[in-house]
Amino acid sequence: MGQIQLKQVTKSFGDVQVIPPLDLTIHDGEFTVFVGPSGCGKSTLLRLIAGLEDISSGHIEIDGKDATDLVPAKRGLAMVFQSYALYPHMSVRKNIAFPLRMAKMDPAEIDRRVNAAAEVLNLAAYIDRRPGQLSGGQRQRVAIGRAIVREPSAFLFDEPLSNLDAALRVGMRMEISELHKKLKTTMVYVTHDQVEAMTMADKIVVLQAGVIEQVGSPLDLYRRPRNTFVAGFIGSPKMNLIGGEEAAKHDAATIGIRPEHIDVVESGGMWQGTVGVAEHLGSDTFFHIHNTGLTETITVRAIGDINLTHGDTIHLNPRMHELHRFDAQGLRID
Amino acid sequence: MARSVTPRRKLLNTTAAWAIGLLIFFPILWTILTSFKTEAQAIAAPPIFLGFDWTLENYRVVLERSDYARFLWNSIIIAGLSTLIGVAIAVPAAWSMAFVPSKRTKDILLWMLSTKMLPAVGVLYPIYLLFIQLGLLDSRAGLVVVLMLINLPIIVWMLYTYFKEIPGEILEAARMDGATLPQELLYVLTPMAIPGIASTMLLNFILAWNEAFWTLNLTAVNAAPLTAFIASYSSPEGLFFAKLSAASTMAIAPILILGWFSQKQLVRGLTFGAVK
Repeated sequence: MGQIQLKQVTKSFGDVQVIPPLDLTIHDGEFTVFVGPSGCGKSTLLRLIAGLEDISSGHIEIDGKDATDLVPAKRGLAMVFQSYALYPHMSVRKNIAFPLRMAKMDPAEIDRRVNAAAEVLNLAAYIDRRPGQLSGGQRQRVAIGRAIVREPSAFLFDEPLSNLDAALRVGMRMEISELHKKLKTTMVYVTHDQVEAMTMADKIVVLQAGVIEQVGSPLDLYRRPRNTFVAGFIGSPKMNLIGGEEAAKHDAATIGIRPEHIDVVESGGMWQGTVGVAEHLGSDTFFHIHNTGLTETITVRAIGDINLTHGDTIHLNPRMHELHRFDAQGLRID
Repeated sequence: MARSVTPRRKLLNTTAAWAIGLLIFFPILWTILTSFKTEAQAIAAPPIFLGFDWTLENYRVVLERSDYARFLWNSIIIAGLSTLIGVAIAVPAAWSMAFVPSKRTKDILLWMLSTKMLPAVGVLYPIYLLFIQLGLLDSRAGLVVVLMLINLPIIVWMLYTYFKEIPGEILEAARMDGATLPQELLYVLTPMAIPGIASTMLLNFILAWNEAFWTLNLTAVNAAPLTAFIASYSSPEGLFFAKLSAASTMAIAPILILGWFSQKQLVRGLTFGAVK
């Protein structure tokens, strides 16, 4: 079991309220990702759930029991930190065994669990090394190993991949996803990277300034962003948000169209402009287009390689059924 | 990029460093040399550097006249215990200041240090009276407490600096892993800070060993450590430079040897965090 419920939770540091009253339910077995720009309170929220920070008011329930005043160790949660936070003076084996030793578990059982975790995470070859002798990816796996041996009711990940290089990050992302499929344990994952959020999550919680902007499945957020913030934050490259006259034509204060929902046509498109930068990736081409008369820059993602470069005129046709409309408060109009 | 140093410059720097080193070491060297002279040679003018009749007479007399072993034992007990107790108190204190600082932490640190700015003689009178009241005069227990207290600010400061270098996330990980506060200090913080704690203890041991003001004022016979042993030879009965030197040499020898063998540790500890 691993259901986590936040009820009217707030957090203030001195006079500054970083989390205004907030309600959230994370269901058992769910992979939930908190995503938002830096300083949005996502890590703070995770630390409140972990018990590393005290909440200022409200309640936290884990599996239906009030955990508000429980110390971190009694909450049955395991955490993987951004810096891995391994014990540098202990071998990999001792690092992974540490939580079990603290729980005064039988040494034979400790051995069994440590070996099983090392097996799952491909750490058997390094089991007697110290963290200092391991690469970033291996350290991350040790940190995960230390979390899984406890068989917690939920895992908390605080930006676990941001210290890894790009290639390793993609690999570890998949490993963590697979681990979730295997263990079926609740996971709460904090990241500022919306690609990580989109690829890993069952449920994404988008945060800004401590406020939940939207909760939903990745495709929910992609297809039906509740407001302009979510619209701009989810999806890569960013959605084009256009105001003014063009938006008024659609009875909206702002309209949004994703770069992949604009077609490049030979001539006579609805919009036209000049190519500022063209990024040729082979599979796709990204155009950053100026002088459309709509907004500063329009980004377009075209499939395949299109032979247009800086200074060329480009004709565009947005797919009208993919258009998002927002009112003056930035809220979605359906 | 490394700065290029010409061989000539290197030679110059090395010579200067050795000259300064020898200058600082010279009084100790002179004391050791004097301890092997006769009393007459010790005060000869002009002074004799090496060409004297080497003798162990002074050591024989000093050992005969006073109970060196008892002074030594007192020094070891007083320096050792005051260091151990000081560190036991300072580890939790430094932990709380480094990892759960309050608005006033900096003030407390500065206030602690400010106690070192007061001349010790300023509080001699109250402490002396206190010692009489508590029956602590000339007791090792009393000296252990006083030396522990006067060095505590330095111990806390040093440990605080070392602890600041340890990432807080590691301690949080220990908390998540179920470690209680004592376990967190014992299994995680202390082993990680061993180099820092060791050099702090070493420095404190040396400071306590050499402490003379309090040991001379608060002891007479029973608890007198080696500093008192040296002082007993600068007596008004007459000038016995050679014997005084022999006593001094015997008093500083243990700590000098300890310092020599642990110099790597000391240097590493004292420059800890300066280069990272």
